[in-house]
Amino acid sequence: MGLREYATTEGGRAATLVAPPFLYALALLALPILAVVLFSFWTQDFMTVDTSFTLANYREILDKPIYTMLLGRSLMVSGIVTLVTVILAFPVAYYVSFHVQPSKKSLWLFLITIPFWTSYLIRVFLWKVILGYNGVINSGLVGAGIIDEPLSFILYNVNAVIITLAHAFAPFAILPIFVALEKIDRSLLEASQDLGESRVTTFFRVTLPLSMPGLVAAVLIVFIPTIGDYVTPELMGGAGGKLIANMIQTQFLQLNNAPLGAALALVAMVCVTAISLVFVGLNRRWLRGR
Amino acid sequence: MTPLIELKGVEKHYGDYHALRGIDLDIRQGEFFSLLGPSGCGKTTLLRTIAGFEAVSSGTIRIDGRDMKGVAANHRPTNMVFQSYAVFPHLSVAENVGFGLRRDPRSKAEKARAVEQALEMVGLGGYGQRRAHALSGGQRQRVALARALILEPKVLLLDEPLSALDKKMREQMQVELIRLQRQVGITFILVTHDQEEALVMSDRIAVMFEGEIGQMADPETLYRRPASKRVAEFIGKMNFLPADVRRDGGAIEVDVAGLGRGAIAAEQAPGGVPVGAATVGLRPETLAILFEGEATDRRVAEGVVDEVVYYGDMTYYDVRVPGVDRPLNIAMKNLIGRPVLDVGTKTRVAWDERALVLLPG
Ligand SMILES: Nc1ncnc2c1ncn2[C@@H]1O[C@H](COP(=O)(O)OP(=O)(O)O)[C@@H](O)[C@H]1O
Ligand SMILES: [Mg+2]
Repeated sequence: MGLREYATTEGGRAATLVAPPFLYALALLALPILAVVLFSFWTQDFMTVDTSFTLANYREILDKPIYTMLLGRSLMVSGIVTLVTVILAFPVAYYVSFHVQPSKKSLWLFLITIPFWTSYLIRVFLWKVILGYNGVINSGLVGAGIIDEPLSFILYNVNAVIITLAHAFAPFAILPIFVALEKIDRSLLEASQDLGESRVTTFFRVTLPLSMPGLVAAVLIVFIPTIGDYVTPELMGGAGGKLIANMIQTQFLQLNNAPLGAALALVAMVCVTAISLVFVGLNRRWLRGR
Repeated sequence: MTPLIELKGVEKHYGDYHALRGIDLDIRQGEFFSLLGPSGCGKTTLLRTIAGFEAVSSGTIRIDGRDMKGVAANHRPTNMVFQSYAVFPHLSVAENVGFGLRRDPRSKAEKARAVEQALEMVGLGGYGQRRAHALSGGQRQRVALARALILEPKVLLLDEPLSALDKKMREQMQVELIRLQRQVGITFILVTHDQEEALVMSDRIAVMFEGEIGQMADPETLYRRPASKRVAEFIGKMNFLPADVRRDGGAIEVDVAGLGRGAIAAEQAPGGVPVGAATVGLRPETLAILFEGEATDRRVAEGVVDEVVYYGDMTYYDVRVPGVDRPLNIAMKNLIGRPVLDVGTKTRVAWDERALVLLPG
């Protein structure tokens, strides 16, 4: 069979279709990752890179408390951001799915995405304006006489990072939860009430379990990118709010130690993958083949 | 004896739409009651007001003597089998059936036994551990039934439970539902648009049109003595013939166009006796084709076969009779030795005034 004939078969047509994105992914994703993996086993020798294979970078990551501390803080911040985002997103998604007229639902979804018409960077700066020492919240509270001194726990620390990230990822959490809620057959909720459950118990016995796939998707969608987020902690985190991504950036660009930066990036990636897999596995077992 | 379910002047408005218009109903304990009517006539709406999913706009609903106003669905002594079955996809069959037992004070083991018994009752013994999403339509329906019956409600509400099943399965489930209802003695209210299903299964039927009850009666009365043309049209086949009605003292005399005069009893006019121009109905099986040399003591009219539809066990003839505007539809059993007539055959038609129904409207 020649190439020409192959291209007209079912499999051939599929291969032709996926080839461009596949090559794209190979060039821009797989190759760079491969490069990072390679780098992580090399070492920096002043201005040159020593390409002999070594685990020195990983040993250093384990030995120096600063790296494990940063990694732990990143995981904690991502975890809290995920929790906060999903918990806040759920009522919004629930409201739109259950209490907004069907004809108005797309309008609502549209409104939810409006803040995302401005760039991520600008939104981070806006949070600075809101949370800052002379920001909207503080001057408001001081002006109203509720506090004497501006609150200092909401800027240039981990709290500010969490607030900003939670806002940034809200729609990404709202949408999958909304989709899962939309898929719930409303007669199931009536059946539950018919069988003696109140609205509240129906929520916990029917609505919540059936929205699990959406919740899990939301958790993964928020958790995975926040671990690697670098802009928000850089701008909002101050000295005590820096995360692992900032350290990786520092290694690559300021300390000129690409191999150590690469090793840190890989360690972070492995952590995220492991946690995500645990989550997916739990989800699958819990939903038992649905 | 007070009825188990009592509806008085129940009205339901959806905005401008008047879905239920003054429904009065009495349903007795242990009765198999059907709500029959064309799609969109308000059957589901009526059932949902009884279940507590829709509030009535006015009127009262009493169950077991208790006014249901303000009583939520989860506090009513009713359970429902939904049209879509509404089997919980995230639970096993046993968990579905046991769903309503959460507050039941019995021990876990006793509840498990009750669930297994309920499953056996609907023919799903041993299916408890299956995932609900892997069941067929018929099995889902049985799960929905078991799930409702295990709670021993005063009333079981069924919204077109058989309409999604194929014909064979539907007929089998009809028989099983009747058996089940007799076995548990619970009052069933069945919603259906299938007249045959209603006739086969029910003790009593309310025929609904556009939010109103057209007639409420047992199946035989409904079939033999429909109170209006609309009911007669909806249930079975009926020949409609224009007639002239006269009252002579207590006797009612009708002059049926093309067939002739006859006297009818008062019970043959369940919808009342109009005087003057009216319509009478004759069921196809109350008419008969007279084959060669066949004698009868019934009334006879001459006609010509216009159309023949052969059904295997039956043959349906359309016979044109002079003076009757539409051909008469006649159902004949295909007995041994009885020929199937050809179109165009001249024949005699036997009819009987005792089968006439006088129909207003
Ligand atoms: N929630 C609702 N809002 C507006 N109209 C409705 C609603 N539910 C039912 N209807 C209308 O009421 C009428 C009766 O509906 P339904 O009781 O479902 O009929 P059936 O079950 O006899 O087919 C229909 O015309 C339907 O469009
Ligand atoms: Mg209906």
